[in-house]
Amino acid sequence: MSAREPQPPRAGQETPGGGHVPVIQPGYTFGSVTDKIGQIVLSRKTPMFWWFGFGISFLIMMVLLGAVGYLFFQGVGIWGVNVPVGWGFAIVNFVWWIGIGHAGTLISAILLLLRQEWRTSINRFAEAMTLFAVACAGLFPLLHLGRPWLAYWLMPYPNTMGLWPQWRSPLVWDVFAVSTYASVSALFWYVGLIPDFATLRDRARNKGFQIVYGMLSLGWRGSAQHWHRYETAYLLLAGLATPLVISVHTVVSFDFTVGIIPGWHSTIFPPYFVAGAIYAGFAMVLTLSIPLRKLYGLEDFITLRHLQNMGKIMLATGLIVGYGYMIEAFMGWYSGVPAEGYMTTSRMLGPYAPSYWALIFCNIVTPQTLWFRKVRTTPWILFLVAMVVNVGMWLERFVIVVTSLHRDYLPSSWGMYHGTIWDWATFIGTIGLFLSLLFLFIRFLPMISIFEMRTLVPEADMKDEA
Amino acid sequence: MTQFEHDPGEGGHLYGLMAEFESPAELLGASRRAYEEGYRKMDAYSPYPIHELTEALGIRPTKLPWLVLAGGIVGCGAALLMMWFSATIHYPINVGGRPLASWPMFIPITFEVTVLFASVTAVFGMLGMNGLPMPYHPVFNAPRFALASRDRFFLCIEAQDPHFDLDRTSRLLATLGARIVSEVED
Amino acid sequence: MSDLRSGLPVYSPSAPASGDETLDFRALARRRDDERGGQPWRSLEELAKSPEFEAMLHRDENAAVFESPSGETAGVDRRELFQYLGVSFALAGLTACTRQPAEKIVPYVRQPEEIVPGGKPLFYATAMTLAGSATGLLIESHEGRPTKAEGNPLHPASLGASDPFAQASLYGLYDPDRSQTLLYLEEIRPWASFLGAIRAALDGERASGGAGLRILTETVASPTLARQIGEILRAFPGARWIQWEPAGRDNARAGAKLAFGEPVEPIYRFEDADVILSLDADFLSFGAGHLRSTRGFSSRRRVGKDGAGLNRLYAIESSPGNTGAKADHRLAMRAADVESFARAVAAAVDGAATSSVPPGVSPAFLSALAADLHAHRGRSLVLAGDHQPPAVHAIAHAVNAALGNAGRTVTYVEPAEPAVSDQMGDLRTLVSDMDGGRVRTLIILGGNPVFTAPADFQFGDRLQKVPLRVHLAPSFDETSVACQWHIPEAHFLEAWSDARAFDGTATIVQPLILPLWGGRSAHEVVAAMSDQPEKSAYDIVRDTWRPRLGPDFEAAWRRALHDGVIPKTASAEKSVRAKAVVPATGSASTASTPAPGPAGLEILFRPDPMIHDGRFANNGWLQELPKPLTKLTWDNAAIVSPATAARLGLAKEDVVRLAVGARSVAAPIWIEPGHPDDSVTVHFGYGRTRAGRFGTGAGFNAYAIRSSDALWIANGSLTKTGGKHPLACTQMHQNMEGRDIVRAANAADFRKDPEFAHRQTEAPKNGESMYAPYPSDTYAWAMAIDLNQCVGCNACVIACQSENNIPVVGKDQVRRGREMHWIRLDHYYGGNPALPQHFFQPVPCMHCENAPCELVCPVGATVHSAEGLNDMVYNRCVGTRYCSNNCPYKVRRFNFYHYSTQFRAPSMRMLANPDVTVRWRGVMEKCTYCVQRINGAKIDSELAGRRVKDGEITTACAQACPADAIVFGDLADKESRVSKLREDPRSYGLLEEIGTRPRTTYLAQVRNPNPAIDEPVRRDWPRVYGEETDQQ
Repeated sequence: MSAREPQPPRAGQETPGGGHVPVIQPGYTFGSVTDKIGQIVLSRKTPMFWWFGFGISFLIMMVLLGAVGYLFFQGVGIWGVNVPVGWGFAIVNFVWWIGIGHAGTLISAILLLLRQEWRTSINRFAEAMTLFAVACAGLFPLLHLGRPWLAYWLMPYPNTMGLWPQWRSPLVWDVFAVSTYASVSALFWYVGLIPDFATLRDRARNKGFQIVYGMLSLGWRGSAQHWHRYETAYLLLAGLATPLVISVHTVVSFDFTVGIIPGWHSTIFPPYFVAGAIYAGFAMVLTLSIPLRKLYGLEDFITLRHLQNMGKIMLATGLIVGYGYMIEAFMGWYSGVPAEGYMTTSRMLGPYAPSYWALIFCNIVTPQTLWFRKVRTTPWILFLVAMVVNVGMWLERFVIVVTSLHRDYLPSSWGMYHGTIWDWATFIGTIGLFLSLLFLFIRFLPMISIFEMRTLVPEADMKDEA
Repeated sequence: MTQFEHDPGEGGHLYGLMAEFESPAELLGASRRAYEEGYRKMDAYSPYPIHELTEALGIRPTKLPWLVLAGGIVGCGAALLMMWFSATIHYPINVGGRPLASWPMFIPITFEVTVLFASVTAVFGMLGMNGLPMPYHPVFNAPRFALASRDRFFLCIEAQDPHFDLDRTSRLLATLGARIVSEVED
Repeated sequence: MSDLRSGLPVYSPSAPASGDETLDFRALARRRDDERGGQPWRSLEELAKSPEFEAMLHRDENAAVFESPSGETAGVDRRELFQYLGVSFALAGLTACTRQPAEKIVPYVRQPEEIVPGGKPLFYATAMTLAGSATGLLIESHEGRPTKAEGNPLHPASLGASDPFAQASLYGLYDPDRSQTLLYLEEIRPWASFLGAIRAALDGERASGGAGLRILTETVASPTLARQIGEILRAFPGARWIQWEPAGRDNARAGAKLAFGEPVEPIYRFEDADVILSLDADFLSFGAGHLRSTRGFSSRRRVGKDGAGLNRLYAIESSPGNTGAKADHRLAMRAADVESFARAVAAAVDGAATSSVPPGVSPAFLSALAADLHAHRGRSLVLAGDHQPPAVHAIAHAVNAALGNAGRTVTYVEPAEPAVSDQMGDLRTLVSDMDGGRVRTLIILGGNPVFTAPADFQFGDRLQKVPLRVHLAPSFDETSVACQWHIPEAHFLEAWSDARAFDGTATIVQPLILPLWGGRSAHEVVAAMSDQPEKSAYDIVRDTWRPRLGPDFEAAWRRALHDGVIPKTASAEKSVRAKAVVPATGSASTASTPAPGPAGLEILFRPDPMIHDGRFANNGWLQELPKPLTKLTWDNAAIVSPATAARLGLAKEDVVRLAVGARSVAAPIWIEPGHPDDSVTVHFGYGRTRAGRFGTGAGFNAYAIRSSDALWIANGSLTKTGGKHPLACTQMHQNMEGRDIVRAANAADFRKDPEFAHRQTEAPKNGESMYAPYPSDTYAWAMAIDLNQCVGCNACVIACQSENNIPVVGKDQVRRGREMHWIRLDHYYGGNPALPQHFFQPVPCMHCENAPCELVCPVGATVHSAEGLNDMVYNRCVGTRYCSNNCPYKVRRFNFYHYSTQFRAPSMRMLANPDVTVRWRGVMEKCTYCVQRINGAKIDSELAGRRVKDGEITTACAQACPADAIVFGDLADKESRVSKLREDPRSYGLLEEIGTRPRTTYLAQVRNPNPAIDEPVRRDWPRVYGEETDQQ
């Protein structure tokens, strides 16, 4: 026992230039890893910045409540939507949030299958982020209905009228895709948490925590039998979630591609929506992880290696998205369809040109800086880039939804769309909701998967023992 | 030096012997030996999955994948059937001049439901096979077992095992380098 | 339950099939008044709940109508509706026990083929009077509630068509802002006390022979009212009767005097005219008999196989209007220059050397025009606009005479109005009399002179010098507040009267409902001044006609009520010779012709195309009806040409100060291509200060700068104030962007290639599709719209609004792009912004066979019927708006707010058509091809055991259309008109290239320009990106 007394981890030491940084700084043992992550949750005193951050987020969430209340009272008329632009912020935000929700499952599923061990320290809160983003996204399709209290009509259920949903509508596909995605992500997340709940159960000194975590851990005892089935299930889930995560944003893109509106009716959408989703997702992961690792001193677990890799993924997906834009514009001209051609030109020169060019700057120009290792390995610059991309991805959805609708086939019906104060309140409000959930998460659940971190500790390496 | 702990559990019924090890390698070695000694009714407890244990303890590969496959097939069938039945038999109606059974447009939902059913089967199948949730289990009575979720590795040979003999088994475990060997009450 | 005061159906829904029903207005009125004491109607409510009535209620099919989707009550809840019905039944029953003389009204039982009621309403013939001439109407009455106006096919001024004013008259009837009580100094008084006051005043007048008595009316078209006033004038020789119409026809009358020596009324036969020259006359939009003119004109725009028989229209316009928009050759010209142009034409026609040609007119054009007129002697037509000086009218008459058109394409009759007068002159005298204190009693019957009189008269101030001022008006308006007595005027659907059409044909105006708020008609007020103060309008009108209807009066009377026209009342043709020579300058009322200096601007005053002279300012339907070309709603504007705007550095919505002499008014700018340069058009009628919830404060008051010496054309100036005034335009973009939306060709090209409409697109041949067609053994409804005939008058839009309970959303919502009209009238420019070509296109739902909207609805709230209708299921709609996004025609409308709450106003709820669901918030809606009419006709035909015959079903839009441009029918019937029209080579589907297979199709436009003047069809238009709104 005395032999392996964990020496205090040397926090905050990072190899400059971040060459071959290990995924976990040396000197950690099973115990120290466990305690370092566990104590964030189990420690009695809550850090000041947590109260501060949660307070702000909670207030913003109240804005959402107000906006939604007024919406239900008055009707969607309080928003800027009209004819021809029947979809505004609501759908823009929906797609934006769903996109953000893609990184989590991607990291935990695809990178798991690809045996990318560096995923280990970020998958937990990436998954949490996914859940909360999907929760925010899920709100909008309900809110944007003219008669939201009838939203359940989109689900198939036995009813005396003998009515069914209309299976050909992409909105019904959305219902299935998003709800499936939400449930599977939730399961995935929970399954990953079970062993850690057991750890917390065993570490907690406070009776209440012991009971709660005890229940959540379902009596997990780390038996080899269980581990065996557990890993099989986890792998299967990953295998299922991978196509799922791709399908979800594909289905979301169908909302547009199935439509016949110039600017929507395009086959390039599914791939570049998925790429865009991953792009946005990683941007958000960076936006969250960079401050978190600083605040909770987790630089040893979320190392520059992670930041680098995420930067690289953003660069790659960003380029795919750029290709998407290019093909769209090209097709607008090449198709020879007057409406398509006009739509493309009007995007670039029309009343919404500023948002288009802002989008190009945010999503295409800015990420090019990621070619430089200096940028990828300097957290605060990376943070800024990620922020810009978050904005850019929102603009992308705005451009797709609004500029396509506001000038379609018959010039007589062309119109303008402007978000109202209530549009903004609802959008900002969901950010509050998202952050509030996130703060609760980091306070009460291990934001890094403890048991998976153990597998990275040198001790876990069998060879040096044999 | 191995330290023996046996609480004078009068009337208490013995569940098995629990040996605590410090490293995964020791646990693995111990498991292998115990298996060679012919012990079968035993289980290892570790803070993280150790694949080698599977064959060391002679754990049979799980049937879970087949269950999941079945779940997926059921989901796929159910979705297709529901849509086909409602669109062509129960509620046939002209929508945009498209055919009643416009199967290409049924694909997305079919896929989603397939994935949903499969995933749910995977999770609850795993829990069910593991007999979870199980709030009480004798091994929790073992002293220091809480460390099984931190940094200690345990091997438990159960009393039901035909080869089980309190003295012999505990001596064996001692020779395998267990730091502590303790009797676990049921 | 005070809302029960809001009116009372007079005729029961179970009116006998004979359609003949005996009713007693006076008895009803008295009973109502008795029971009104304290708790109005309580006893009648109890009556309504009597068991036998309940039993009857449950047989009522319309019960469900007032339930909105998902069951929330919209406007009226069922119980209340039934209580209304109860009241009507009760009163219908009560009529039995009375000894009062019965007043018989006759429902229109034998409806012409094309009229098909939705439920089981009755139709009554009556007439609406506007600006001194009547239009015959058939009013649809549900359970005694007038709900819809249609044209009366037998009436010469309607021929079955109707205009926006007629359609909107129903809204005017139920307008909650109508005044509801007789007021003295704004205090409620009974009718009796008014009687006392007026009789006292008259007794005072007797001594002087009524020297201090004046009666001020609008142009009177009612023989009876004229007779009554005549009697008053006989009793008071000193009294004077003044008629004042702000949009009057003084100039036309003076012009006729100038030409013929007497004020004859020209009757134009457009159906016989091959070549038409309009000298600033917008004969398609407004004026006596404009519906008939449109019908005649568009009958000659119907394109035969080889394009033969097309007429040709040359339009000279000082302000863009529908007539110019339909013209084959159009010149934009300052109103002041029109006279010299007219003289030039006259000279050219006489073969003389063309005298001074106004700037911008090429001699070539002039000679080509003259040659064309010559070539069609006796088959041509020249006419002048009412606002043009008399000289121009005289010249037009002279040219018609010279071309031998008189008696052929134009005939002359005695003017329809009983008393033709120089209205401006009379008003001037009245004002000076008032000023001089020579007027002691002024009775103002209708009209709103304080608001509409020329500014320099300061009518309002001078009115105060009159000791006794009485005003009869539908609402408590600017004039009412300046008078002591205000008498609520009965709507023309509430009171008996009679009226003559432009050609003299007389109609008995029969009421359909008891006055909602006890209003009085002018007849009753004048009677109050006579020796029979209590005589009912019914008797008064009958007195007028008893001597004229021959021996069997009762039969003739019933016939007249039934048909809506009195036979042999059209004025006889007069043979008059126009003086060929026309004096160089016009008469007194046209001191405006001298052309303004370079700095100055010409300011044109025109009645607003939708709210006319301001009387309709509180009419929500008309306020929200887009003006034909500018597509503005809820506002008037100072309209200038792009060039002038550029010169003065003006942008749309800039607020400018328009000044004429010392007077000025602030107005927002609107830029309209095709408007003459250095000229501003302002529409008067807006800027009301006491109109009601909609009218008050809308727009600016152009009357403020309209003076008696420059009534129509003034010289003024314009200065920027730097302010902005938001304007609500329903079509921000009037550029076709080079797409094949409206397809058009010149007649010559059409003859070369009749299939030209299909050369312009890559549509799948005969609508083939990937998908197998759904088998259909039943009807296949479809609509064909002939773009060559449509004149863009907007009648279809408002007819649809009235038929389908379409709510008014208000200016703010229109600005947000949320207007609710189910059919919209698109207008596009082509060619040169200085002198554009115009293209109209009515766009209802296309009822696509492969409808994009249906495909994307997640709940199947919009699906296809076996008859090919694109059905909208309101109570299934959850409001995703996906269908609207995916509709390439954007014809779907969404209830962003609970717009239908306006039907909650106690009187407005009576306006709703019981056959059409009132839509709830958050629900999508759109054109249904008037499915309620279709089903009504199908029920009838099934009872008769036959298929619906062609023409048996007419949609509201098609029925109202004066141009007969919209044809609805059954494609399964190969002989139907619509089937034939779809075979026409010009027939094409809008956006058919994207495979929607629309059921609504269009017939391409064929213009007929003079070959001598090269004017190709120009559908291009300078493209502007960037701007939010770009009509240039």
